[in-house]
Amino acid sequence: MASNFALFPERASTVAGEVDALYLFLVAVSGFFAVLIAALVVVFAIKYRRRAEDERPQAIHGSLALELAWTIIPFGLAMVMFFWGAKVYITLAVPPPNAMEVFVVGKQWMWKLQHLEGKREINELHVPVGQPIKLTMTSEDVIHSFYVPAFRIKQDAIPGRYTTAWFEPTKVGTYHLFCAEYCGTEHAKMIGRIVVMEPAEYQAWLAGTATTAVAAVPAAKPEDQQAAMAAAGAELFQKLGCVSCHRAQAGALGPSLAGLFGHNVALQDGSTVVADEDYIRESILNPQAKIVAGYQPIMPTFKGLVNEEQLMQLIAYIKTGKAGTETQ
Amino acid sequence: MNGVETRTNYLNAEYGLLSWLLTRDHKRIAILYLVSVTIMFAIGGLFAAAVRLELLTPQGDLLAADTYNKMFSMHGIIMVFFFLLPAIPATLGNFLIPMMIGARDLAFPRINLLSWYLYVIGALFTLYAMVTGGVDTGWTFYTPFSTTASNTNVVPTAIGIFINGFSGILTGLNFIVTIHRMRAPGLTWFRLPLFVWAHYATSLIQVLGTPVLAITLVMVALERAFHFGIFDPAYGGDPLLFQHLFWFYSHPAVYIMILPAMGVISELVTCFSRKSIFGYSFVALSSVAIAVLGFLVWAHHMFVTGMSVYAAMIFSFISFGVAIPSAVKVFNWTATLYKGSISYSAPMLYALGFIGLFTIGGLTGLFLATLGVDVHVTDTYFVVAHFHYVMVGGTIMAYLGGLHFWWPKITGRLYPEIWARISAAIVFLGFNLTFFPQFILGYLGMPRRYHVYPDEFQVLNVLSTAGASILGVGYLLPFIYLGWSMRYGALAPANPWGATGLEWETPSPPPTENFETPPVVTRPAYAYDLEEVTVG
Amino acid sequence: MASSATAAVAAGHTHAHVQHQFDDAEQQYSAAVLGMWAFLIQEIMFFGGLFLAYALYRSSYPEAFAHASHHLDVTLGAFNTAVLIASSLTMALAVHAAQTGHRAQLILFLFLTLALGSTFLGVKAIEYSHKWHEGLVPGLQWHVDAPDARQQLIFFSLYFAMTGMHALHMVVGAIGLIVLLLFALQGKYTAEYNTPVEMFGLYWHFVDIVWIFLFPLLYLFAHH
Repeated sequence: MASNFALFPERASTVAGEVDALYLFLVAVSGFFAVLIAALVVVFAIKYRRRAEDERPQAIHGSLALELAWTIIPFGLAMVMFFWGAKVYITLAVPPPNAMEVFVVGKQWMWKLQHLEGKREINELHVPVGQPIKLTMTSEDVIHSFYVPAFRIKQDAIPGRYTTAWFEPTKVGTYHLFCAEYCGTEHAKMIGRIVVMEPAEYQAWLAGTATTAVAAVPAAKPEDQQAAMAAAGAELFQKLGCVSCHRAQAGALGPSLAGLFGHNVALQDGSTVVADEDYIRESILNPQAKIVAGYQPIMPTFKGLVNEEQLMQLIAYIKTGKAGTETQ
Repeated sequence: MNGVETRTNYLNAEYGLLSWLLTRDHKRIAILYLVSVTIMFAIGGLFAAAVRLELLTPQGDLLAADTYNKMFSMHGIIMVFFFLLPAIPATLGNFLIPMMIGARDLAFPRINLLSWYLYVIGALFTLYAMVTGGVDTGWTFYTPFSTTASNTNVVPTAIGIFINGFSGILTGLNFIVTIHRMRAPGLTWFRLPLFVWAHYATSLIQVLGTPVLAITLVMVALERAFHFGIFDPAYGGDPLLFQHLFWFYSHPAVYIMILPAMGVISELVTCFSRKSIFGYSFVALSSVAIAVLGFLVWAHHMFVTGMSVYAAMIFSFISFGVAIPSAVKVFNWTATLYKGSISYSAPMLYALGFIGLFTIGGLTGLFLATLGVDVHVTDTYFVVAHFHYVMVGGTIMAYLGGLHFWWPKITGRLYPEIWARISAAIVFLGFNLTFFPQFILGYLGMPRRYHVYPDEFQVLNVLSTAGASILGVGYLLPFIYLGWSMRYGALAPANPWGATGLEWETPSPPPTENFETPPVVTRPAYAYDLEEVTVG
Repeated sequence: MASSATAAVAAGHTHAHVQHQFDDAEQQYSAAVLGMWAFLIQEIMFFGGLFLAYALYRSSYPEAFAHASHHLDVTLGAFNTAVLIASSLTMALAVHAAQTGHRAQLILFLFLTLALGSTFLGVKAIEYSHKWHEGLVPGLQWHVDAPDARQQLIFFSLYFAMTGMHALHMVVGAIGLIVLLLFALQGKYTAEYNTPVEMFGLYWHFVDIVWIFLFPLLYLFAHH
C-alpha cells in the first residue's frame, strides 16, 4: 500500500476520482474560510490589543449589509456543495445496466460473497477490472457496512432487507474491505479484501485454475455464468416444494412467478407493489404481509427454513423468469 | 474564614453536608453539578485514555477486543450523557441564568434539586452497569445489536440514561419558565445576555427532544428484557426505525451541547474586547434557528443505510441550512473583535481557541452533509475528528473558558492567571495534535470503533495518542490550580473583568438571594461604551 | 422554611404561599401554568415516539394488526373510556370547587376522580390478566398460532408499551390525587391559592386524552 504519509487512499474505481474532486473542492472552500477566520482573529487580537486599562472602544452594533453578505455567500457555496454532492450520490446509487451481480451476506464476523456464477467466497471478492459490479447485500444478524475505501463506496447491510451498491474497478490490485458499522466483538476483524484482476485472469480464477494458465481457459458465456446461482435456486424451488403451488397450471394455489421480477403486482387490498428483491424476500418470509389479488393467504412462512444465501439463490432463480413455468 | 470575610454569601450562609444536599439555591445546586460532572469527566477521560493507548499499535496488544469495545462505548456514554449535555447548562447555566436576568432563583428550585438527584441516580445506574461488566453497544445503541446480540449490561445503562434524560428535561423546563416569567424590570428579550438566549434555545431542544430518546430507550429495554418485537427484523420489525428515533433526539442533542458553549463565547468575546456584540439580534436569533432546524436533519446520520435518494437529498439540503446560522455566529464574533480593546486573559484565550476549533468542526460538518463525500467518510475517523472538534474543541473549550471567567464570581477567589494561560495553550495544542490526524485517517478509510487496524494507519494513530497525552496534561492543570485557588487565591472583587451583566453587579460570591437590592435594567446588553469600565 | 419566610418578608410578600423567588402570587401562578404546559408538551413527544412506531407498523402490516386487534375486549375498552371521560368531568369539577373555595366539594370530586382512576386501572389489570391467560404477552407468555403471528407480536408489543406507559401515568396521577386529597383535607387550598389542583387537572386531562387516542387505534380499528 501507499507510504505511511498518504493523504488519499488509492483511487481504484470510476467514482473515486469524482469523490476526490468534490472532496478537494470542500477542502479548498473550508481551508479558505478557516484561514480567513484564523487570520482575522489573530490580526485583530494583535492590532487591537489592550494598551491601557481604561480603554473604552466605540461600540459597533452591526451591519445589515455584512450580515446579509455572510449569510448569502456561504449559502451559495453550500448550494454548490449540495448539488455536486447529490450528483455524486445519485451516481453511486444507480448501477449501470451491464453490471455483474454479486450477492453479499454479512454476519458476525465475516463477509460471505457469492457470484452469480455460483462461486462462493469468504472475506474475499475477486472481480475483473473494468467491469461494473452490483452488490446486493443483507445481513444474517446485526447491521454491518460494506466499505471499500479505494472505491469510495460504503453501504450498510441490514437484516431483513436488501440494499445495493456498485463499483467499477479501474486498477488491478488488492484493496481493503472493511466492516464500517460496529457489530460486536470482532468488528475490527470483519475485514477482507477485494482482488481486482485482469479479465482473463479472472476467468481463470473462476474456472479454478492457476492464474498462470490463463490463456488455456475460454471465457464462459454470460448466460452460463448466470446459471449456477439460479440453478441452485431452481433446486431449492423443487426441494422446498414451492413448485407445488407456484406452477404454470390452471387452478394453481399460488400465483405463477414466471416473468414476475421487476413488474407490478396487484394486491388484495387494491394496491400494487413492484416485485423487487425486498418484495420476494418478504413474500417468502412473511407470506401474509402482501397477498396477491385473487389468491388465498395460505402460504406458510419459510422463515428458519431458508438462510440468507438460499434466499438470494431463490431470488436469482425467480429473476431468470423461469420459476413457476414448471409443470412439475 | 481568616477574618477578612464577614459578609454573608451563598457559600457561608449555612454549613454542613445537609445544607448542601437539601439546598434549593440554584448556585449551590450548580456547585453540586460542577462536582458531579467533573467526576464523570474524569471517568470518561480514563476510558478515552485506554482507547488511545490501545490504538498506539495496530495489533490488539493492550486490551481484548471486548474490553476495547466497552471502553469506547463507556467513554461515549459517560461523556455525551453525563458530561457534555449537562456540563454548561447545569453548572454555569444554573448558576448564572437567575443572576443574569435579575431573579432570586429559578422558577422551580425544588425541581432544580430534583434534577440533580435524577442526574446522580442516572449516573449511579450507569456506573453500576459499568462496574458489573460494562456495556459494548457504543453510545448509539443501534438495534438489533443492542437488543439481541450484545451480552452486556444494556438495560441498566439504558435505565441510567433514561433517568438522566428527565434531569435534562426538568432543567430545560425550569430555564424556559424562568426566562419567560422572571426577568427583572426593564430586561426585555433583546436586552438579554446572549448566554441566556443560547440557553433558551437549548432548553427548547431538551424539552422537545429528550422525551423521544427516553421512549426509544424504553422500547429497546422492553425488547431486550422481554423479547418484545418492535425493532427486531425477526418479527418484521425495522431496525432503522430505531435509528430514526434515536437521531431525532441525538442530532438536536449535539446542539444541546454546543449552543450553551456559543452563549459562553458571546460573553467572553464581548467582555475581553470591551465591545458590544456585533449583530446582537443575528447572534440571538441564530441560536433559535439552530434549535429549530436541528430537529429537521436527523437522517443525515443515515445516508448509507439505503434510504431513498430523495429523502437523502432533503436531509442533506436542510443540513446545509443549519450550518448557516453557525457560520453567522462565527463571523459576528470575529467582527466583534474589530477595533476592540483585546485582553489576553485566560478566558479570552479559550474563547479565541474555540473560534478556531469550532470553525474547523463546523466546516468539516459540511463534508458530512455533502452526500457523495459522506458515503466515503461516514463511520470513519473523519466523523470522530469532526465531532470531537465540535464537542471537545467547542464545548469543552467554552466550558473551561466560562469556568475561568465566572470562577471569581462562583468562589470569590481569583485563579492564577499565568497557569491558566499555560493550560489554555496546552489544551489547544494537545487537542489539535490529537484530532487533526484523525481527519486524514478517516479520509484514508480507517473505520471508527476499530480495535485493531492495518499497519499503514499507525503513524497517524501514534500522533493522535501523543496529542491525547498532552491534552490530558492540559485538563489536569486546571484541576490543580483551580482547586488551589479556592483556598489560596486572592479575594475577588465584584467585577474583576470590568464586565457588563447583572451578575457582576452583586458581590463575589453573591448572597443567597443574588442581589442586595432588586436590579432594574436600563441598558442593552454589552453596553461597554455607555458606562465607565470599573474593574473591581 | 425559615429562610424562605424571611425572604418573603424581605421582598414585601404577605401571602405565605408565595415562594421566595417570586415577586407576587400572579408571577408564581403564571410560572406554574407555563411550566405545566411545557411539561405536557414534553409528554406529547414522549408518547409521540410510540405513536410513530405504531403508525409505521400499522401501515406495513394492516392485516396482522386487524387480526391482533380482534383479541382485544372492546366492551372493557369502551367501559374504561367512559370511566376516564367521567373522571375528567369530576376533575374539572374539583378544579372549579377549588377555585370557588368549596372545600367539601373539592374533597368529594377529588375522591371521585381517584375512585374512577382506580376503576380504570382495575379494569386494565383484568384485561392484562386475560391477555396473559390467552398467551398474548410477547416474550413472556406468547402462544399465538397464526400465519401472521410474528406481526401480531409487534402489535401486542406496542399494545403493552402504549397502554403500559399510559397506565404508569395513571398510577402517578392516582398518587398525585392522594397527595392533593391529603392537603385538601388540611384545608390548604383556598379560593386564593389552588394552583396545584389546577395544574394537576391539566395533567389528568392530558392522560385522559392519550387514552382517547389509544382506544380507537388499538381496540376499534379492526371494527370499521
